[in-house]
Amino acid sequence: MLKRIALILTVCCPLAAFGSEGAHPAFWKEPSINVHDKASLQRGARMFANYCMGCHQAKYQRWMHVADDLGIPDDVLQNNLIWTTGPKGKKERVGMLMTNAMTDEYASNAFGKVPPDLTLVARYREPAWIYNYLQAFYIDSSSKTGVNNALLKGASMPDVLWSLQGLQRAKFEKVDNEKQVVGFDQVQKGSMSPKQFQRSVNDLVNFLAYLGEPAQLDRAVVGKWVILFLVILLVLAYALKKEYWKDVH
Amino acid sequence: MAKLLTWVDDRFPLTRMMREHLTEYYAPKNFNFWYYFGSLALLVLVMQIITGIFLTMQYQPSAEGAFASVQYIMRDVHWGWLIRYMHTTGASMFFIVVYLHMFRGLLYGSYKKPRELIWIFGMLIFLALMAEAFMGYLLPWGNMSFWGAQVIISLFSTIPWVGHGLAQWIRGDFVISGATLNRFFALHVIAMPLILLGLVVAHILALHEVGSNNPDGVEIKKNKDERGIPRDGIPFHPYYTVKDLVGVIVFLIVFFLIVFYAPTMHDLFLEAPNFQPADPLNTPAHIAPVWYFTPFYSILRSVPSIGGTAFPGVLAMGLSIVLLFFLPWIDNGLVRSTRYRSGLHKALLVLFAISFIGLGYFGTQPPTPQVKMVAQTLTACYFLFFIGMFFVSRYEKTKPVPERVTH
Repeated sequence: MLKRIALILTVCCPLAAFGSEGAHPAFWKEPSINVHDKASLQRGARMFANYCMGCHQAKYQRWMHVADDLGIPDDVLQNNLIWTTGPKGKKERVGMLMTNAMTDEYASNAFGKVPPDLTLVARYREPAWIYNYLQAFYIDSSSKTGVNNALLKGASMPDVLWSLQGLQRAKFEKVDNEKQVVGFDQVQKGSMSPKQFQRSVNDLVNFLAYLGEPAQLDRAVVGKWVILFLVILLVLAYALKKEYWKDVH
Repeated sequence: MAKLLTWVDDRFPLTRMMREHLTEYYAPKNFNFWYYFGSLALLVLVMQIITGIFLTMQYQPSAEGAFASVQYIMRDVHWGWLIRYMHTTGASMFFIVVYLHMFRGLLYGSYKKPRELIWIFGMLIFLALMAEAFMGYLLPWGNMSFWGAQVIISLFSTIPWVGHGLAQWIRGDFVISGATLNRFFALHVIAMPLILLGLVVAHILALHEVGSNNPDGVEIKKNKDERGIPRDGIPFHPYYTVKDLVGVIVFLIVFFLIVFYAPTMHDLFLEAPNFQPADPLNTPAHIAPVWYFTPFYSILRSVPSIGGTAFPGVLAMGLSIVLLFFLPWIDNGLVRSTRYRSGLHKALLVLFAISFIGLGYFGTQPPTPQVKMVAQTLTACYFLFFIGMFFVSRYEKTKPVPERVTH
């Protein structure tokens, strides 16, 4: 028995105890991510198409998978989410990749660098990071875009959601001898209430979490059946082994 | 049917091979838990080859197309995500299984006479597997693929005189580039699998030539009945085939729990920076190889540079693997199984296990002074195992080994 435990520890030790997270800033809030909440994903997709895709792309994902996975009829998606036209001036269709019409050259002239592709952003950054990042823009007249970001200092991205969120000033405090943002004061109201805005950003981040790995919707569904099958097979195999090994003494 | 079999047997030793390797291959009847990992390693190898074949059908080996083609597999190819997750999970599980399989060898002295060649073939398989995994990790062309390969290949450039030329020759370029990706693809899907398969055949043939060891380390061939069959042996088929089937299913349950519910294994099997395409201008905050290389990487980092070159660390890392090859001769004990060896020998094995796991863990951590100090201690422990084994095995007091296996 002791040996078994030792063995299990051997296997588990390097696998567990990972994932050391840095301390979060004072204004940090946790989003609630649930990629099975279709209504939230649909609202997030709308936010994404309306506010993000002007500059960012999701060039590894096809519109049609968004339609299928989120339960949006093709024509609804075609008419309400796809704004781009292809090189020949024809409107893009659901079978195509989620690209935009901005050239890399134009983008780097405008922003200093090409806005990153967002297909996998939720996989190399935590969804919680994106959630906080999008709410952490504050007025900073020294910056080219008029705003700075408390999570990513000197971000080249402008505050594209300002019309929804309104404008805010940062509250600074000295933490560990360093001036840090600890909160925000709203100085101009947006079209949404703070609560509504938070929910909308949560929907958007939820959509990004889905976009990072659409297969996660299938994984859980298929997984149950595979494991169930294997467990039944295990019972039979164990019985078979017992039967054969009866005559080994 | 019988006629067909005779027809085949007249032309090909089918029945004879079945007998020699399955129905009349007598394995000791006292195999325990540790003995599942050999057949599991074979299972994972087959799974990797099959899933690999299907990935190759959609993957594009070029710097321009690789990253996008992996996402194409994950999103557009039917069941592509399952095939790919099986392959990525398989890579890590291969090492878990192989490490446990090797530790079994240490526990029961399976490398000792007359099984030295089995051990050496096994070590060669381990080397080939490391090369295979390293090259495979470059193929998704993520940012960690790029930087990981950059760091590991630059190790070769620390070799005096020939180093720089050698590293350049391996890369096929001055930096990791499309040329490196293409040759790694060729080696990963053709060369290394062929070498692996050949070595696995040699490993099994050598095993079946001398017969399997067992937890008691007793040679079952010394005690045969009147028909010449070992008294403590049972035919591999059906006894161990049905037993291994149970092991296979338990393994598959664990395997598919990971595939379906935690395919990244919290950044351990698939690392977050690798979801960004390779970018020579964007160095990840902390570059560490995948977990299965970190014990050796830790040893590399623990040895300080001398005269501005990291070559001593590279040497130490090489030595940590080369020493394992010589284990059959480093261990001079007369008794195979740890069960009947001295307390000191047992302590050495524990020391080895702790240092290996510890090195693996600290190899994933950023090299702070504390991490470095612990890793250096563990590196010393790792090598102490071999030195200790050399002396302890010559002078240890062992317990009497039973005549027959205990079951």
